[in-house]
Amino acid sequence: MSSSNILLYDTTLRDGSHAIRHQLTKEQIVRYARLADSAGVSVVEVGHGIGLGASSLQIGKSLLSDEKMLCAARENLKNALLGVHAVPGYATVGKDLAKAIDCGVDVIRVAAQCTEADTTEQHISYVRGKGRRVYGGLMMSHMISPEMLVQEALKMESYGAEGVTILDSAGTFLPDDVTERIGLLTNALKVPVGFHGHNNLGMAIANSLAAVEAGAHIIDGSICGFGGGAGNSSIELLTAVFAKHGINTGVDLYKMLDAADVAEEIFSVLPKITSLSIVSGLSGVVSVFSKPVARAAELYNVDPRDIFIELGRQGAVAGQEDLIVEVAQALAGRE
Amino acid sequence: MKNKLRVGIIGTGNIGTDLLIKIQRSKYIECSIFTGRNLASPGMSKAASMGIRLSDQGIDAVVSEPELCDIVFDATSARSHLIHAPILKKLGKFVIDMTPAKVGVLCVPAVNLEEAVNAQNVNMITCGGQASTPIAYAISQAHPEIEYIETISTISSRSAGPGTRINIDEYIDATEKGLRIFSGAKETKAMLNLNPATPAIDMQTTVMAEIKNPDLKRITIEVEKMLREIQKYVPGYQMVVPPTLDNNRMQITVRVQGLGDYLPKFAGNLDIINCAAIEVAEHFAQKVQWELGDE
Repeated sequence: MSSSNILLYDTTLRDGSHAIRHQLTKEQIVRYARLADSAGVSVVEVGHGIGLGASSLQIGKSLLSDEKMLCAARENLKNALLGVHAVPGYATVGKDLAKAIDCGVDVIRVAAQCTEADTTEQHISYVRGKGRRVYGGLMMSHMISPEMLVQEALKMESYGAEGVTILDSAGTFLPDDVTERIGLLTNALKVPVGFHGHNNLGMAIANSLAAVEAGAHIIDGSICGFGGGAGNSSIELLTAVFAKHGINTGVDLYKMLDAADVAEEIFSVLPKITSLSIVSGLSGVVSVFSKPVARAAELYNVDPRDIFIELGRQGAVAGQEDLIVEVAQALAGRE
Repeated sequence: MKNKLRVGIIGTGNIGTDLLIKIQRSKYIECSIFTGRNLASPGMSKAASMGIRLSDQGIDAVVSEPELCDIVFDATSARSHLIHAPILKKLGKFVIDMTPAKVGVLCVPAVNLEEAVNAQNVNMITCGGQASTPIAYAISQAHPEIEYIETISTISSRSAGPGTRINIDEYIDATEKGLRIFSGAKETKAMLNLNPATPAIDMQTTVMAEIKNPDLKRITIEVEKMLREIQKYVPGYQMVVPPTLDNNRMQITVRVQGLGDYLPKFAGNLDIINCAAIEVAEHFAQKVQWELGDE
C-alpha cells in the first residue's frame, strides 16, 4: 500500500469531551464542526469521550444527550463524514447504535479493549447491515503482544470492519513500538490500518508519522491535541508534518491552522503535558484518568502520582473510574 | 437428606461446567445429565472425568428422557433459552436460566428466594446483576425516592467465555432490568468493562446513585445487612469501597473472589451467578422434599 492517501480522523469533539468533564456544548460542536469540515478532514467524530451510551455517574454525565450532540454536528458538516465511537459494554445495538444511525451518522468505530475484539461482532455486523461505514478500534493496545494484537484485529476484519485502528490510549508507545505493530497489522489485514495517539510522552506526532511509514492509512488527531489527559496528536501538526513529508491528507493546512488559532477560544482549556500525564504515560494508565485522579487526590489528600502508579500496577483500563476512589482511599489509609 | 433432587445442565461452557463442580458438593441436588453440542469441549472432558452422564444432543437429551431430572439449569445463550423455555415448561421442569433471556422471575437469592422457588422459570439476571442489584435494593431501603441508579462491573478478560461476549447487549438489558425491579428506580444504567490485565483482576462491581442529603449511616446499615446475606452463599463477596460521597454522587464498590472451582479465583463473576443459582436449586429441592414429607 502506498502512503500517499491518509484519512485524517478528527477526534476533537469526542476525545476532547474528556478534557472538559464531558460538558461539550452545542456552540462548541457547531463552531468546530464547521471549521474542521471546511479544512477538509475526512471524519469528524462527535460524542461522549467513551462514545455512545457512556454518559454516567461513573465516567461523567454529558451535558447534551448523544442525539443532541450528533444532530448539532450533522447540520454543520458538508463534506466530512460524521463519526461516532461505540464501545460494547456501554453502547448497545438496540438502544444506541440504531439511534445514532437515525441521527445520520456515516461512520461508526466500534472499539474494544485490546483483548476483546469478539465483543464487537454484533455491533460491527449491525452497522454493516445498515450500510454505514464501520471501523474497529483496539484500545490500550500496549497491553498485549503485537502478535496477539494482530489476532484481535483479524477478528474485527472478519466481522466486517472496513478498517482497524489501534489506540495508544495511555500514550505510552515510542515510535519503534508503533512501527512494529502497524507493520505486522498492515501485512496481516486486507483493510486499512489506523493509529490513534496520545501525547503523554510527547510522542504523538512522531508515533503517527511512524505509523504512516509502516503502512497506516487512518490517523486520528484533535485540534491542538484537545483530548483526554495529555491530549491527542494535534491535527494541525499532523497536517503540517505530513505535508512536509509529502503525504497527501486532502486537508487545507492554512484552514487547519486557523482552526488551531481559535481552539482555545472555543474550548477554554487545551491539554498540556503535565508531570502527572508523564507518570500516566510511563505507568501505562489510560490518559483519560487524569481528571478523576486529580479529583480523588484532592479529596483524599494523596499524591496523584501514587494513584497512577498503583492503577498501572493493577492494569486499569478506561471505564474503571470507580477503582480510582478505591485506590485513593487505600493510599490515604496507609499514611 | 436421603434422596437428592436430580438436575440437568444444558450448556457445557464455563458456567455449566462450574455449576457441575459446585453441585458435587451439594447435599440436596445431584447432576444426572450434562448436555451440550460438542463432546470434545473442555467442559465435557471435565464432566467425563467426573463420571457424569453426557450427551451432545443439547436440550433433546432432556426432551427424549424427561424423567431424567426435575431441575434444569440452562447455561446456553439468551437466544437459545427463548427456544428452550416453552419446551421445558411443557415438560414441567423447574428451570434456572443462567442466560440474560429474562423469561422468568428475576432472582437475587438474598432478596427474593421464596418468590423464586415458587415460580417455574427463574432468571439469574447476570453476574453483574447478582453483584449490584442487592446493593441497589439495600440503598433503596434507605432512600426509596431514588430516581436513577447505575452499576458498572469490571471482569477479567480471561473469565469471560464466548457466551458472555456474544451476549453483551443482553447482559446490559438484563442488568438494567434487574436494577429497576430491585431498586424501584425509574431509570437505571448498566455497563461492563472487560479488562485484559495479566495477572487477571478480580471481579469488581460498583453501584452509583445521585442522592440529595443521603443518610449514609442508614445506607451503611442496610448495605452491611445485605453483605452478610450474600456472604452466606457467596463467601468471596466483599465491600471494598463503603458508601462514599463526592458531592451528590454516592459510590459503593464490592469485589468478588471466586471459589476457584472451574476457573481460577479471579473469576468471581462466574462464581457469584453460579453460587446464587445453586442456592435457588437447593432451596427448591428442600421445598420439594418438605412437601413430600421426606424430612
